[in-house]
Parts: sequence; structure tokens; C-alpha cells
Amino acid sequence: MYKRVIRYAGRQSLRSLSLLLAVCVVSFMLIVSSPIDPVEAYLGPDKNVSEAQRQSIVEHWGLDKTPVERFCIWFDNLLHGDLGESITYRQPVARVIGERFVASLWLMMTAWVFSGVLGFLLGVLAGVYEDSWFDKILKAFCLILASAPAFWIGILLLSVFAVQLQWFPLGMSVPLGKLAAEVTFGDRIKHLILPAFTLGITGISNIAMHTREKMIAIRQSEYMLFAKARGETGWQAVWRHGLRNVALPAITIQFASFSELFGGSLLAEQVFSYPGLGNATVSAATKGDVPLLLALAVCSAAFVFTGNMIANLLYGVLDPRIREGEVSNHG
Amino acid sequence: MELNNEHAPVLSVKNLSVKFKMYTTGAKQRDLEVISNLSVDIRAGEVLAVVGSSGSGKSLLAHSVLGILPRNASISGDLQYNGEPLTPQLQAKLRGHEIALVPQSVSFLDPLMRIDSQVIGTTATREKQRKIFERYQLSKAVERMYPHQLSGGMARRVLVATAVIGEAKLIIADEPTPGLSPDLARETLQNFRELADQGAAVMLITHDIDLAFQIADRIAVFYAGTTVEVANVADFQGDGSQLRHPYSRAFLAALPQNEFRAISGFQPYAGALPEGCLFHPRCKYCTQECKERTPPMRELRGGEVRCIHAT
Repeated sequence: MYKRVIRYAGRQSLRSLSLLLAVCVVSFMLIVSSPIDPVEAYLGPDKNVSEAQRQSIVEHWGLDKTPVERFCIWFDNLLHGDLGESITYRQPVARVIGERFVASLWLMMTAWVFSGVLGFLLGVLAGVYEDSWFDKILKAFCLILASAPAFWIGILLLSVFAVQLQWFPLGMSVPLGKLAAEVTFGDRIKHLILPAFTLGITGISNIAMHTREKMIAIRQSEYMLFAKARGETGWQAVWRHGLRNVALPAITIQFASFSELFGGSLLAEQVFSYPGLGNATVSAATKGDVPLLLALAVCSAAFVFTGNMIANLLYGVLDPRIREGEVSNHG
Repeated sequence: MELNNEHAPVLSVKNLSVKFKMYTTGAKQRDLEVISNLSVDIRAGEVLAVVGSSGSGKSLLAHSVLGILPRNASISGDLQYNGEPLTPQLQAKLRGHEIALVPQSVSFLDPLMRIDSQVIGTTATREKQRKIFERYQLSKAVERMYPHQLSGGMARRVLVATAVIGEAKLIIADEPTPGLSPDLARETLQNFRELADQGAAVMLITHDIDLAFQIADRIAVFYAGTTVEVANVADFQGDGSQLRHPYSRAFLAALPQNEFRAISGFQPYAGALPEGCLFHPRCKYCTQECKERTPPMRELRGGEVRCIHAT
């Protein structure tokens, strides 16, 4: 049993390391071949800079070296724990990411829990009451949501709830013009709700529709028929056998959706000017901020990889059929 | 057998018909009759084997009795349990208690629930479960297992235990033996024989005819959704000359251990049933009357047969 765990952990770390390395190399190649000139982007429209000053910036950033050299320097620094300095924010990359990661994490986790819980419940209900009016409405709702882009929904929510109803602020994660020390927890929550809702609502259709399909399949399964034959009533059987069988795939889907969550947060943060990782990624990309963009790519890859790994691990923990290691010990 | 005949039937099925609502082209609906004119009864203390090829309506009979047919099915006919009409309300009350289903395999158990919770179900108690596990030599370790961990023999005994724990008076076993070794199949059927000897009525739906011969009291032969013959097991011995219906005889002759010879033609599909006697297109005794009129079930030489020519 322990041998298996160790072997599994070893294999997973090897896989994650090779994945992260590949992400570094590929993103670096993409950035280097992008047409954006970081010096140009850094200076902006203000061209009041002499050629010599420009040259010293290039040298300071090491842009005169070959790409391979630049990558090796960056990678060497990375191994020493130095992520470099962000061109855009003029701060160490580690600090930029650290600050923004917290904000993004709040946003993503709120959206993730919201879409997971609501999507699961709606999916179960739709599956149990297949072909009812509730099921039909939910299906239409999910199809619309799945085909609507997140930024569009964000703008829609903004114009309704922030502009017209003025229930929520227009953007940012804290009120404008307030000192950091004066920002209350309530302020943060208020700023979080719309972006989190935008991000969460687009995730609902995925989990709700999968759960619905699975629930229908379960209801037609032989074990549900037998449960009925043994005198269990409809909801009793759903409660006893339906939920536990439908929860497994739902949990897996929800953890595997980390990539969509991250991608969605990029759009949602952009619409709401929410200062998270997504927002930072967009500015880093448009300004050719190589150190920040590389670090963000590595971060997001690690994030998505963690989600998928948790899904894999949970399946092993929750499903006795996959947890065979335990079987041979007890049986 | 004489003793059994003194009892009133536990379950009596008369002229059962099961129809499925099907959608054909567009939104047109059509009723597909899969069981028609099915009549059979079963008494306490006996094992009634129900045989017939796939698609003859054996499992549907079981589901009709339990009231667990899918929503698009409708049934008509006269179902009685201990002389009382077997209404959906009564079925709901009896399911899992007095009437129990023993399914074919562990795929009828929840793959994610431990065996003890499943056997106990929603009504029985832990003590009862322990007692029954002891009776069927299921160790304590089995309690904590999941269905996929059961061996073939354990699985059979667990499934039987689910019926026994409710103290069922009518046990319907739906194909309990396929895929089992001959020894295990015999042991399983022996379990049902014991339950019948203790007073339960056992309906044994099976393909394993030769095993059914060893433990059943009577055998009902199904064909295309109806009963063609119900006879004492002794009539199935030998060359089958004691049998009344030509299909029963052909069925017996088709067994590998007998002549292993099939008659021509095939069982008609629901929705494409012939007029009159359902067997007439394949019957060598067929006359004009057979093509026009559905023969009724009639008593003959201590059994029942649905054939006007049977003697």
C-alpha cells in the first residue's frame, strides 16, 4: 500500500516537473517570437527617449542576448528562487503574483464553490425529474450559458446590477479612494460578488448537464431497479444510491474544470478590472513583460495540474473499485 | 405436489397483458403489446420454473408482479396476491417484504455501498442481517465489502439474502444461474428449493432447464409473451411425449442433452405477432382454426395448455 503511494507520488511529481518545464520553454518561445517590442511597450507613446537611453534599457533587460542565453539566465535564476522583476509593475515578480494570487484565489474559489454546489443540485433535480418543465428550462438555460462568452455575461451583469440598479460597484476589488487600512471585509465581499457570479455562472452548465446525464443513467441502472424492487421509494432510492453514485463524476468534473476556471477568470477580471492574476496576465502579454508572463504561465500550469491531480486522487479515495490496494489488505 | 394443490395460490395471474407506449415516426404513438393473455399461478411451498427463449416475456412478468415496470408501460389483466387484487398500492406495500426479487447478478447492487447496508436495506435490522449471513455462511468480512469484491458464490448468497431478510412469501428469481459453475448453480437453486420447502412460493425464471428440472415442482413455458403450457416437472422427463404443447416439445428437443435440434422459424417480435395462435406459423399441426382464433388456456391431464389440438 505505502509502496504504491510512494510510487504514485514519484510518478506524479515527475510528470508535473516535465509539464512545467515544457510550459516554460513553449511560453518563452511564444513570447520571444511575438511582435511586441518590450521596450516600445514600456516607453509607451512617449517617444522622448534618446537612442542611447533606449540602448541602455535593452542592455539592462538583457534583450541584446540570444533567446537561448536569456532563457538559461532566467531558468538559472528560477532554480535559485528568483523570478525576476516585472517590467510592467516595476516590482519583483514574486510579489506581484503573490498579491494577485490571493485576490484571484478568492474570486476563483467563490465561483468554483458556487458553480459546483448549484450546478450539482440543479443537475440532480433535472435528472430526477427528466423531461419535466424544470428540466427543460434548465437545459435551455445551460445551453444559453454555455454558448454565451463570459465577458459578455459580465458586461450584461455590470450594466444591470452595477449601472442600473447600483447594487454593486463597477469594478476593482476595493473601493476607489479608500486607504488600504480602511477597506473592510464587507467592501471586499461587495466587490467580489459580481465577478465571482460571472465566473461561476458560466461553470454551472458544465457540471449541471453532466450531473443530469449521469443521474438519468443511474435512474435507469439495474441497481436502482433493484432498489425499487426492494421497496425503496423514488426519493429514498435517489438519496441512498443516486447521490453517492452521481457525486463521484461531479467531483471529478469540478476539479478538472480548473483550467476553464483560470481561463474564465482572465475574462471576468478584465471586465471588472479586478486586480487578479488574469488581469496581470493580460497586461504582461500586451507589454511583452517576459518575466511576469513566464511566471504566470508556470503558476497557471501548476494550478491546473493540481486540480487534475486532486481529481485523480479523489477518485481513488472515493471509489472503492479504484481503491483496490486497500482491498487486497482487508479481503 | 398433492399437498401444494391444497393451498390457494399465493400469486395468480390471469390474462396479463403488458403494453409499451412507443413513439413511431414523428409524434405518433403506438402501443406495443409485449405480453398478452399470460396466465400462471403459484402456490406456497412450490417452485415454479418459468422457461422460454429470450424475449418471451419472462422478466417482464416479474417486473409486472413487483410493479416496477417503466413509466411507459401499462398493464391490464387480473393479478391477485393471496386472493387480494394486486393493486399498485399493495405492490408498493409488499415490495421488498412479502414479495422479493432475486436479481441476476451483482450489477443490481449499488457499486458504492457496502454489502451490509444493502442487505439491510431500508427496513431490516442489523441482527437479522447477522443471522442471515450466518445461515448462508457469509463471513463478517463480507459485511464491509463492496459488490465488486464479492466472489461468484458470495454474490449469489448475498442476493438470496436480500430476499430472505424481508421474510418474503413470494420470491421471484430472475435468471439466477447464468455464468455460474455447475456446482454453484446447483447450490443456488438448492437455496431456492429450501426456501420453498420452508413455505415460500418461488418463481424461478431460468434458462438452465436441466437444473430447473431437478428442483422445480412445475414448469411454465413462455412463448412470444404468453404462456403456452404449465405442466408438472415429471412431464418434461424423457422424450417429452407427456408434454401437451408442440412448442414445449420442440423446446425440450432443442436442448443440447436431447436431440439438439431446433425447429424452423423464429419467435415473433412484439408488434409483429401473428393472428390466432402465436405459434401457428411454426407448428406442423396448424389448421385453419389456429390461424383465426387465439386458443384459450385449458386444463389437460393435470396441466394447462394453450392449444386446441393438444390431447
